[in-house]
Amino acid sequence: MDWGVIASNLVHDTIVFSTALIFASLGGLYSERSGVINIALEGMMIIGAFTGAVITFLFQDSATSMAPWIGFMAAAIAGALFALPHAVASITFKADQTVSGVALNFLAAGLAVYLTKIIFNGAGQTTTLTSVFSKWEIPLLSDIPYLGHAIFEAYPTSFLAFIVVFFTWFLLFKTAFGLRLRAVGEHPRAADTVGISVKKMRYTAVMISGALAAMGGATISLTTTSNFSHNTVSGQGFIAIAALIFGKWHPAGAMGAALFFGIAQAIKSLVQVYGLTKYVPTEFIFMLPYVLTILVMAGLVGRSSAPAALGKPYETGSR
Amino acid sequence: MNKAIAVFTKESFLVPVIAIILGLLVGAIAMLAGGFNPILAYTALVEKVFGSAYNFGETIRQITPLIFTGLAVAFAFRTGLFNIGAEGQFIIGMVAATTVGVTLDLPAFIHAPLAILAGAVAGGLWGSVAGYLKAKRGVNEVITSIMMNWIALYLANWVMNSFFVPKGQQRSEMVSDSAIITITWLSQMFDNARLHWGTLIAVVAAIFFYVIMWKTKTGYELRAVGLNPHASEYAGMNVNRNVVKAMFISGLFAGIGGASEILGVFHYQAILTSQPGYGFDGIAVALIGGNTPIGVILGAILFGILSFGAAGIKFTAGVPVELIRVVIASVIFFVAAHGIVKIFVKPILKKKEGGN
Repeated sequence: MDWGVIASNLVHDTIVFSTALIFASLGGLYSERSGVINIALEGMMIIGAFTGAVITFLFQDSATSMAPWIGFMAAAIAGALFALPHAVASITFKADQTVSGVALNFLAAGLAVYLTKIIFNGAGQTTTLTSVFSKWEIPLLSDIPYLGHAIFEAYPTSFLAFIVVFFTWFLLFKTAFGLRLRAVGEHPRAADTVGISVKKMRYTAVMISGALAAMGGATISLTTTSNFSHNTVSGQGFIAIAALIFGKWHPAGAMGAALFFGIAQAIKSLVQVYGLTKYVPTEFIFMLPYVLTILVMAGLVGRSSAPAALGKPYETGSR
Repeated sequence: MNKAIAVFTKESFLVPVIAIILGLLVGAIAMLAGGFNPILAYTALVEKVFGSAYNFGETIRQITPLIFTGLAVAFAFRTGLFNIGAEGQFIIGMVAATTVGVTLDLPAFIHAPLAILAGAVAGGLWGSVAGYLKAKRGVNEVITSIMMNWIALYLANWVMNSFFVPKGQQRSEMVSDSAIITITWLSQMFDNARLHWGTLIAVVAAIFFYVIMWKTKTGYELRAVGLNPHASEYAGMNVNRNVVKAMFISGLFAGIGGASEILGVFHYQAILTSQPGYGFDGIAVALIGGNTPIGVILGAILFGILSFGAAGIKFTAGVPVELIRVVIASVIFFVAAHGIVKIFVKPILKKKEGGN
């Protein structure tokens, strides 16, 4: 075995599997920075994976290679809409944000499979898509030995994810909008006093959150799995939340954490490719991402720095 | 403000009832959107459940695990914890019961109770991992217990594949007859529906929940920690130990649920391809039941009927069974956002006052 090739493949696969986590944890970042807990990332990813697959399926004969892009955009819109009930419940009706999020997770899981069965004549999964994203190779750079395959040959969604990380950082820390968004998450009373609408900011943030998480879900169904089924997302929304916490609610931190968690899935896939399952039981390889998440979370003693008003509904006129 | 309080104390039953109605309405809309007839479907659901002795017995079978997982979630809720990991604790309870049931050879009066106890303790320990991480490391129990669910699923499959599943099969060997808790004579009365002692244990567990939570010092401390950890700490209670204890007891309930599913219903453990879902439904059961033992039993009956009746709507009206998942999720949503429900409660109360 050539270790250079293995390392190159590992980095390559890590980027592939991290992409969905980067989108979703950035999604969580918008919502939580504005003060709304979003445990519904999982459900929003499911809606995204489902919408992306179905819309791509509908367009793949007419729009061919553009079809996954249409599916991807449709997923973002569906995700934003699906986030709306969570916003209504937690912002307008001051519901328990965790419970509301959990309800949306179940709703997404049920609804997506229900609709899949209706659209695909009772089958629990969509047919395998003929048109999905194919990898882009950056000219010249992708010819570099090892490094080229590792970093400069990736799905367009991966490149997009890194752009969104930069964009989010810029938006949050360099613009008035970002300052307002952070303000309503840290000190909504002060923000309200200077004339920022807490409700409007939080609604916006939660809907952006839904759109991004759904893009993460669509990434999975339109790159790695090429279809949608009940276990397409399988807990990645929660790993994205862990990445957000591990990354201290900062875009670059969340991205770093998402890449770290992506390694676990890359290892999972490489172990199967290289036939190492005779040394390690498959079940333990499948467990890896979840075990790693717990270990990392447990290692973060008292170092989390959540937005101050996270999870607290804002009452006009309260102290 | 006083009026709002009155709505949720005197009339507290109205909120769950309206949440259920709204949930069924969401389901009806989803069916209309899918081109199905909701009235036909809901009628089929009721007919399925009450149509024959066998189906009625099987509905009781379906209700039983929901009481256990509902109690698990409700117990944790009472102590300020959100145990979304009842699913995993249920699975680990299954594994422990299968292990004891298959490997040991004991007289029935020891074997069955020992297998249930093993399930209970295993589920409790599995739950207390999330409790420990919350107490000692400040990790959000929602995330850890979700991760523990997935770990439980794969661990269970590994244990089964490595020790109990004969080559080329998808399920373990049968547990010994001495560990089985099926009630043969009762099952025969219900045309061989799988009825078992687990149902009775579930009711006993609900009483145990009530006694420990409201009649013991332990329960007082657990509730105090749930209501205000800082005040409890100040009053000299060990908050961390109570968090672990709460998750252990919560896991006990779910673990017994898993054990009685193996010993009473299947008598073997299958390789799991996805989460069994009882733990998730337990959340709905606990919330709709207001986190009280009697409420949990009523909630479990409702969701047991819905889940089992789902097969009826598939058969008669052609509606995919996942529709019921949509209904249950909507009910959880409306209970969480009871502000929305209150809009519907107000006119009902006014009407009542007008009548007086």
